Amino acid sequence: MLSRIAEALFWIGRYVERAECTARILDTYLQLLIEDPVIDEEATCRSVMAAMGIAYGEGTPDAGTLLQTLLLDRTAAPSIAYAIETARENARRSREVVSTEVWEAINSTYNAVLAGQLQQRRPADAFRFVRERASMISALADSTQSHDDGWQFIVLGRSIERIDMTARLITMGNYVSGPNGAWALTLRSCGAAHAFTRVYRVTESPRAAAEFLLLDRLFPRSISHLLEQAGHCLEELDPRSRRVGFGGDAARVIGQAHARLSYLSLTDLVTDLPREMEELQRVCADATEAIAKRYFEGVVAPEWLTEAL
Amino acid sequence: MYDGTGCRPDYMGIQRQMQRLSMQEVQARADYLGHSYLDQGVTFDIGGQERPFPIDIVPRLIEAQTWSHVEAGVAQRVRALEAFLADIYDEGQVFRDGVIPRRVVTSSPHFLRVAKGINYPHGVRVHVSGIDLVRDGNGDFRVLEDNVRIPSGVSYVISNRRAMSTALPEVFAHHRIRPVSQYPAKLLASLRACAPSGVTDPTVVVLTPGAFNAAYFEHALLARLMGTRLVEGRDLVAQGGRVLVRTTNGLRPVDVIYRRVDDDFLDPVHFRRDSMLGVPGLLNAARAGNVTIANGVGNGVADDKLTYTYVPDLIRYYLGQEPILPNVDTWRMEDAEHRAEVLDRLAELVVKPVDGAGGKGIIIGPRATAAQLDEMRKRLIADPRGWIAQPVIQLSTVPTLIGDTMAPRHVDLRPFAINDGEKVWVLPGGLTRVALPEGELIVNSSQGGGSKDTWVLAADRGAVPEASPAPAAEDAVVHPSLRAGRAAERASDADDTAPPPSGHGGEQSQTQSQSQTQTAVRTSFGGER
Repeated sequence: MLSRIAEALFWIGRYVERAECTARILDTYLQLLIEDPVIDEEATCRSVMAAMGIAYGEGTPDAGTLLQTLLLDRTAAPSIAYAIETARENARRSREVVSTEVWEAINSTYNAVLAGQLQQRRPADAFRFVRERASMISALADSTQSHDDGWQFIVLGRSIERIDMTARLITMGNYVSGPNGAWALTLRSCGAAHAFTRVYRVTESPRAAAEFLLLDRLFPRSISHLLEQAGHCLEELDPRSRRVGFGGDAARVIGQAHARLSYLSLTDLVTDLPREMEELQRVCADATEAIAKRYFEGVVAPEWLTEAL
Repeated sequence: MYDGTGCRPDYMGIQRQMQRLSMQEVQARADYLGHSYLDQGVTFDIGGQERPFPIDIVPRLIEAQTWSHVEAGVAQRVRALEAFLADIYDEGQVFRDGVIPRRVVTSSPHFLRVAKGINYPHGVRVHVSGIDLVRDGNGDFRVLEDNVRIPSGVSYVISNRRAMSTALPEVFAHHRIRPVSQYPAKLLASLRACAPSGVTDPTVVVLTPGAFNAAYFEHALLARLMGTRLVEGRDLVAQGGRVLVRTTNGLRPVDVIYRRVDDDFLDPVHFRRDSMLGVPGLLNAARAGNVTIANGVGNGVADDKLTYTYVPDLIRYYLGQEPILPNVDTWRMEDAEHRAEVLDRLAELVVKPVDGAGGKGIIIGPRATAAQLDEMRKRLIADPRGWIAQPVIQLSTVPTLIGDTMAPRHVDLRPFAINDGEKVWVLPGGLTRVALPEGELIVNSSQGGGSKDTWVLAADRGAVPEASPAPAAEDAVVHPSLRAGRAAERASDADDTAPPPSGHGGEQSQTQSQSQTQTAVRTSFGGER
């Protein structure tokens, strides 16, 4: 696999997932603003933006601001429009590798954005459109591409992005509304509300929700599941995986985070949840950096050099 | 389509089939074509803007007999050009025998001395060629120019065919059309055949200037259909006389490079030092015989329009045959007699730069103002080597969907040929380019030209007429409302469908945009770091 292509595939995975998660967040929180008569709109909007890493200075952010910055603004890195455009650019650069189906799904989504589809639809409809297109792209990647290195990079990017976004969502839920409604909201924005109810019945227990989102091994959006998946991709990608201590910076970072999550008691975990979530976001950044160094920058593996010279 | 006595038999099918559809239906099908191209990303860049590649719904038909003539003529031409390139980059026997003056070759900006001494397995330099043809007032195909550097457009031949079979299935099914789908396999086979000796399982890559190149779609399509890697210069390294590609598992050797990067940008060690598109050391690796560059370096001298005027002589000299496809009559500005005549008749001729592409710099005498002609006269006198002149050709037209009606539009044809060292294979059909504005003479995509699916009919249909004198033109009436005026005048011009990867400015902006995208790609939002 060409380093440049691997990089493009990794970022397709990340950006498509990012678009989907952002659509979920906006959907959940904009609905909250409408449904909850006592909620502080400005504070809520500020929290959402803060969680997405947007510094918002002057003025009073409202639902319109959220839509503009997180959905429509093609020049702003956190927006859905930007994510779709960037995913498309990466797909264009790896066009001979991504399957025709994946390419067409990404490209026609991008064309729809260019044609103003996100503005023209009702917001809830626009979010559904984005979620559906993202799911379709992922599904097509899973079902029309060989599960070779290229696919591993897509899944790896998708998993890391999902960990990052879920960590942000958990933090945000706790800031936006008091501890009570918080988890219900987080479950919804993670697309986990239904799955959670199937397992725990309808309950208000924050502990159960935290356990589900952080530790459930079967739910595909729980952090534990995602760390395992990312770890698995890295294992598949590294041909020297059986050797000790070789080329595995990313695997180490991910593995450590997974171990920490698995062996920490739930009580300890939820005691300082925001700090734990911040730590997870750092893990995502570190892992990405390590992956870039190992696979994307075309660093010559020492073994090969010895053979070649 | 009409030969004066009625509809030519081979076009009857299309006419009948299209008449069955209402004009509204035809338009709906045409819209479908446009949409499907947008979704598939079958696009072409004009001034940095990505647009769906225009395809007209009315196909162009070429009967088997006509095609076998074209096929033979193209193959002959390619063989002569191969012999010519091999000769001038070696002994230059052709100069000593006085067939073409040495200075014509050495004064060409595309004659590259560094290309001497590079060995081409099986003697193939012209792995892929696109020979531009026009049909004159007598219905004869003539060669307008040769493209043996990095001719583009074949991806649209492949895409057009796929799109047309879904847009007009009933018309399609009515004809026995020779397929174009073997192209990628033929291309890969020829590239593998030309690998350095001793390599049993060669690795072939396609080298592109990058996603911002106008013909990027084509590069990606060919790489995808061949199953080879599509690489950019920065993905390759030359090391110890070999070329290697950076992969996630380290460097891996490369044996054949199907390059879609111009000579000038190929290797900063020998050519443009500021090129970010090439690979430093690539040429030395080729010289060492460790990698094959396809098409060959320095082929451009054969594309030079002054060289073009000698090609019929080259065919006679190298192959001992008469040219099957004639040239368009051409005056050489270098020749004093020719020059005098051209200066005298400037207002009725077409004048072209010898190394022009994309329809740039052309003056069409009958359409030029007095001031333009004066200006041209001065330039011709100042730089005779730089120009040729040709008569305005009576060019064929083909009906084309314009708005809600069919109208005749000028076309040319670029057949593609692949040489694997044993045989020159010509793709049945080729790219028909059509000038969409009424009366427009320039068909280049970079100037808003469109395309048509070109149907070469299989020979065993029995519908092919006897070898009567060639039909006057392909003028055709597909729709009853249309009586196509034919043989409109056209100053012909052609070039690579896509302009060469880069000029000075192009290179600059390419690299710039690339680095911008990279930054964007790496941007992770949030202040977590």
